[in-house]
Amino acid sequence: MVTALVVLAADLLALRDLELRFRLSIGALISIAGCLVSAGWMLALPQHADFFQGTLVADSLRELVKIALLVLTIFTLLLSIETNFTSHVGEYFALILLAASGMMFLVSSEDILMIFLSLELTSLSLYILTAFNKRSVQSAEAALKYFLFGGVSAAFTLFGLSLLYGLSGSTNLAQIAAAIRGPGLDPLLAAAIVMTVIGFGFKVAAAPFHLWAPDVYQGAPIPSAAFIASGSKVASFFVFARVMMLGFKGAEGGGGWHAYRPGWIPVLAIVSLASMVLGNVAALAQSSVRRLLAYSAIAHGGYMLLGVMTQAPQSLAALMYYAVTYGLTALGAFGVVSVVQEMSGGDRLVDFAGLSRRAPAVSLCMLVFMLSLAGIPPLAGFFGKFYIFAQALSGPADGMGMLWLVILAIAMSAVSLYYYLQVLKQIYIVEAPAPIRSLPAPVLSQVPLVLLALAVVALGCAPEWLVGKFTAAVKLAGL
Amino acid sequence: MLAWTIYSSFLGVAVLMLLPRTNARLARTVALLTALLGLGFALGGMLDAKIGEVHTITRVPWIPSLGLEYHLAADGISLTLVLLTGLAAVAGILFSWNIEHRAKEFFAFYLALIGGVYGVFLSFDLFLLFVFYEIAIIPKYFIIAIWGSTRREYGAMKLALYSFVGSAMVLIGLVAAYVVSGGHTMSIFELAKFPFPHGFQMWAFPLVFVGFAILAGLWPFHTWAPTGHVAAPTAASMLLAGVVMKLGAYGCLRVAMTLFPEGMAPWGTHILGFGSWRDVFSLLAVIGILYGALVALVQKDFKFIIGYSSVSHMGFVLLGLMTLSQVGMSGAVLQMFSHGLLAGLLFAVVGRMVYDRTHTRDLADLQQMDLGTLFPFTAVIFTIASVASMGLPGFSGFVAELQVLLGAWQAFPTLTVVSGLGLLVGVAYMLRALQRVFFADREPAPVAARSSGNGHLSLEPISIPERLGAVLLVGVSLAIGLYPRLLLDWIIPSFNSGLFGGLPKGPP
Amino acid sequence: MNQFPYITILTLIPLVGGIIVIGLGKTQERLARGLALSFSLLALAGALALWRLFDTGSGALQFEETHAWIPALAVRYHVAIDGLSLLMVLLSALVVPMAMLASWGIQGRVPIYFALVLFLQAGLFGTFTALNFFHWFIFWELSLIPAFFLIKLWGGPLRSAAATQFFIYTMAGSIAMLLAFLAILFATGRFDFTDLADWGRNGLLTSALSDKLGWRDLTTKRLALLIFSGVFLGIAVKVPLVPFHTWLPNAYTEAPTGTTMLLTGLMSKMGIYGFLRILLPIFPQEMRWVLTPLLWLAVLTIIVSAGAAFAQRDLKRMLAYSSINHLGYCLLGIFAVMSSSTLTTAPSIDKTAALNGVMLQMFNHGLTAATLFWFIGFLESRGQGMRGLEDFGGLRKVAPVFCGLMGIALFSSLGLPGLNGFVGEFLIFKGAFSLATWATALSVLGLLITAVFLLTILQRVFNGPLNPKWSQLPDLTLRERMAVLPPLGLMLVLGVYPQALLGLVNSTVVQMVQYLRF
Repeated sequence: MVTALVVLAADLLALRDLELRFRLSIGALISIAGCLVSAGWMLALPQHADFFQGTLVADSLRELVKIALLVLTIFTLLLSIETNFTSHVGEYFALILLAASGMMFLVSSEDILMIFLSLELTSLSLYILTAFNKRSVQSAEAALKYFLFGGVSAAFTLFGLSLLYGLSGSTNLAQIAAAIRGPGLDPLLAAAIVMTVIGFGFKVAAAPFHLWAPDVYQGAPIPSAAFIASGSKVASFFVFARVMMLGFKGAEGGGGWHAYRPGWIPVLAIVSLASMVLGNVAALAQSSVRRLLAYSAIAHGGYMLLGVMTQAPQSLAALMYYAVTYGLTALGAFGVVSVVQEMSGGDRLVDFAGLSRRAPAVSLCMLVFMLSLAGIPPLAGFFGKFYIFAQALSGPADGMGMLWLVILAIAMSAVSLYYYLQVLKQIYIVEAPAPIRSLPAPVLSQVPLVLLALAVVALGCAPEWLVGKFTAAVKLAGL
Repeated sequence: MLAWTIYSSFLGVAVLMLLPRTNARLARTVALLTALLGLGFALGGMLDAKIGEVHTITRVPWIPSLGLEYHLAADGISLTLVLLTGLAAVAGILFSWNIEHRAKEFFAFYLALIGGVYGVFLSFDLFLLFVFYEIAIIPKYFIIAIWGSTRREYGAMKLALYSFVGSAMVLIGLVAAYVVSGGHTMSIFELAKFPFPHGFQMWAFPLVFVGFAILAGLWPFHTWAPTGHVAAPTAASMLLAGVVMKLGAYGCLRVAMTLFPEGMAPWGTHILGFGSWRDVFSLLAVIGILYGALVALVQKDFKFIIGYSSVSHMGFVLLGLMTLSQVGMSGAVLQMFSHGLLAGLLFAVVGRMVYDRTHTRDLADLQQMDLGTLFPFTAVIFTIASVASMGLPGFSGFVAELQVLLGAWQAFPTLTVVSGLGLLVGVAYMLRALQRVFFADREPAPVAARSSGNGHLSLEPISIPERLGAVLLVGVSLAIGLYPRLLLDWIIPSFNSGLFGGLPKGPP
Repeated sequence: MNQFPYITILTLIPLVGGIIVIGLGKTQERLARGLALSFSLLALAGALALWRLFDTGSGALQFEETHAWIPALAVRYHVAIDGLSLLMVLLSALVVPMAMLASWGIQGRVPIYFALVLFLQAGLFGTFTALNFFHWFIFWELSLIPAFFLIKLWGGPLRSAAATQFFIYTMAGSIAMLLAFLAILFATGRFDFTDLADWGRNGLLTSALSDKLGWRDLTTKRLALLIFSGVFLGIAVKVPLVPFHTWLPNAYTEAPTGTTMLLTGLMSKMGIYGFLRILLPIFPQEMRWVLTPLLWLAVLTIIVSAGAAFAQRDLKRMLAYSSINHLGYCLLGIFAVMSSSTLTTAPSIDKTAALNGVMLQMFNHGLTAATLFWFIGFLESRGQGMRGLEDFGGLRKVAPVFCGLMGIALFSSLGLPGLNGFVGEFLIFKGAFSLATWATALSVLGLLITAVFLLTILQRVFNGPLNPKWSQLPDLTLRERMAVLPPLGLMLVLGVYPQALLGLVNSTVVQMVQYLRF
């Protein structure tokens, strides 16, 4: 995991004189090799271990998530190859790998202290990655915003976690759960819940903690933004889910329509509601595709929260499936934006005009990504939504009570079709303004995009492969 | 064999994608061959299948963790609609023979739409059905937005959003049904037998029904239809009015009414004079019949007349479904078939034969052009199409409407009489259109003056593909009108199968 | 029961002919005319052959053909003829060639015109021989289309309005009739006229209606009357019965001559036929319940139309109203037959007489009215399109043959004994007098008024001072004389020897009177 990082940093310091593109390629190759090695290692030697009473845990579920993270990282790296926003190649790749490592630690921990540490490792790397484009003012501004928000939310998170420690006397999630179980809701516990939710809410860009997202998605260099949208989300959601479902196990409360009980579920329900509504409505008005993707990410975060809220047997699997496929799709979407930015110089909707004539393969990929995000079958996005909605209603206690939220989710999903179609409209329907004789899209950019698109289609048509793996892993993990 | 209707369509899409962009001719030919192939498979499938049974084509597990299967099957109703799709597809391509602009993409989207529609009619797993249903939405958007006419982007978006909202409603119902039934299957067979709680059915039924009915043009959710039809290019209008609206009605029948039959049972109390959802929807259907007809009567745009007439005719379908009697419901299915053909024919005349040549759809303008003399073939075809659409005996529409009205007598006598009024208004607006466009009274103008006035018309004669398409549609409508047993023998026994056992018993 | 399908073949002859003619190019006018005429003559031959094979002594249905068609809807292909049907078939076969000859000079899209006439003939044959509502209705409606186009495309200045009015009125009636029949189908499960006649005769129909359609607390009687009125409306519009007649004067006036001949000679008979074939056998009870209003309507029809005719200044319009008047007598006869008056000692004899009269009147009026309109057509074509009552005068001096021949037709229409028009009216009055005395008495008024205006025509057009404008009016050519000779001859023959027709219909009428237990 961490090894490749070191190798890389060292290596590239030696290659400084070479042409940028070449360096990028080499750097990417080494990083990818590293990722592949660690992925292969995990696959080959499935481990079940538990270090330090849950500080680091390895089981099949976590292995799966880590592999997914590595795949996302690999694609991010591939996307970085054709970019030209920085000359500090070595540092760049090192940071990406650092962030990836941070995420993998995050995924492996069951100890709140470890969680916090990994969270910060990841975040710090991401902040810097956001600022990496030194030529762009927006990049710096975005990073600053990210950092400030992040810092504040980290404070909240820490406070909440320390409250938890105080209440339970332990930093291990399972032990915390045992300690806080009891009737009623201790006001301190309520405070802890709210703090924790705030902290994690920031990480996953849920409303109303989302204010950093549009700027970061728009300002950061594209691969960074892509990485944040994909990998960071997957890892954060996984941990969020673990913390809430395991750590706060006794204090769920109920979010059903007629079955309100105090706990963290109602809190999450409100957050989810806000995210879905705000994300979708704000996206309607965007003219920059990257901002559109940002708000769309917020909305999708809202949907994913549905997976956290339920205790149906497969809800974790549903959540992870959704998160992973969303990550792939987001990566792909950003990749296309990157191509368009190279070709037309901007990321506004009008820059996409007539793309279907200029770069048919790329347009087709974008078609897949947009429709998947909108939830059109037979793509992965649709199945993810279906899966999560079905799980949301299947909860043991009062599953159907969540119907109101599901209805809202589906309704908002319908709204989202409008803005996704706007993008596609530009690509397919609007004629390209004549003078732009654009460069054909570079092959190396197209390959990862096509692979991603194929993955999205495949996972949508035959989701059983991934679903089966997750459900088996969840079962094995005894959840 | 029937499954190949779906596969061949998508294969056609793939082949089309690979063709060079500039060769419109090749694209057309490939598309036509694919459509003919699909039609052939449909006919072959009909010959294979046995009457009265549900004939399973494929049934394999798809996502076992969730109990979802890839389950294709067909009964008489499905077969009828698959046949309709095949015919409409072929006719639509024939009438689009003149498309040059981005032809390859046009036909690709077209075939994708057809494939999705075939899929819906053949799916017996609700998840699969929903997948195909949604697949059909996106090509529609693109076809209208790129190749349409009046306000095409607005019309396309409106259509897409309405459809999506409708399918969102359906999704809610389906997910709820899936969960409530234990979350281990979406097979229509299983779910039809599952005893959903009464209260659940009471809200699930209207939700799913309305969700599908939006696409079927139920009043007052029909407003996408006139705009969308007018905006769409000819072939798309033919498909939209001819086939896609039937998707909605099919969904109402196959999903809402099969799964949640108790939803139509009386509530026990009366609110505003309604005693059950059945009362509500039948009233809405009849309002649709009358409203569509009345509004068509005052239109100034030729295509709008036909667009509203579609809303009116679909009202008959929905009314037939609500009669809950075998004769009424089979009449509804027959009307789906008949209107599919006739609407296709009408739009073909308006769009392809008239508009493409005269570049106007305004009745006042057309009146000046003496189209009856210039295009006698078109005049004859439109005459036949309009009288068939009026419900004149001898054509398929008559038998269908006869059955629907028969079924409606017992249940909704007053509504039946109102529908009769709707029929009369139908005569009126069709006659008006016919007169204005083709047989307008002209002062016996000197022949010289007439020909000079035609300078701006492209007097392109009616091409062979158009003639073929028209003859195909007229022929089938006539055949079914004179010998409806060709289809009724399939349709009526389907209602005896176990699937419809739960329906509150209307009269036989 | 299925013999050689004479009837189907007979119906197919004009249908096939129409299809062939319509396929001819626009310029092949001569061929179109000749071909069409040949087909209609072939149909005439076929009808005559059928007459030959027909057994006039039996009142039962003959040449019956039955095939299953749509069992689920109780629809069968069921055709047969009895005296009534055969009479109508013969009339159709006769008037159509006459109309074609009268249309010889038609301008514009000639093949289509003649094809439409042939289609109309097929529709008429079908209507008069069908015994199952489904295909009877098909033919009933399908005959509207050719008529509509015939008026619309070749008619006079107000043709669009007239054609549209005609179409919509008739359709409205048809829709009402359709709904009513659907109710009947639902209640009884039968669509065959013969079956339904059985039900109606035994009073089962009424009870079945209320059993199956017990809705909204309508009494049995009201329900039955409601259904009855639906069917009644559909047929009454066709006859037409006052007050559903307003479409007729316009349609007749604007249509070209040949078409008017068809309208008055044949299509109006569809209505009377409908009464005899459908309303009388299936709804005897209901008719009896509303007998008095019906008789009023008949009387009204007779008198109002006669009065209106008298007030007209356009010859064609005058004769149009006169048509309504003559058909009113048929209605009088039909309604009178339903009455159960005690004034008569031998009701069945009177009823037989009345019905025989109705049949004869149908045929004779068809013949006479068509011929009259033909003559007006001659006048119109010679008089530069004018046909006002006051436009002419003293034509006897310039065109004696024309005036003489038209005079015969006029007198026949008047009901002069010795010509065909007399017998029918006489029988009707004789039979109806004892059955519905006051109605018959009032109707005599109609006769009087008719006499007056017909004589007025004679006076104004033929006699009186010669209008110098017409001093060069050509008389009938040899061809034209040859053409009108057959119908005129028939008028004379049937006037003197009505047995020719009576023999055909009498058995049927007798059976009707017995079978339909009035």
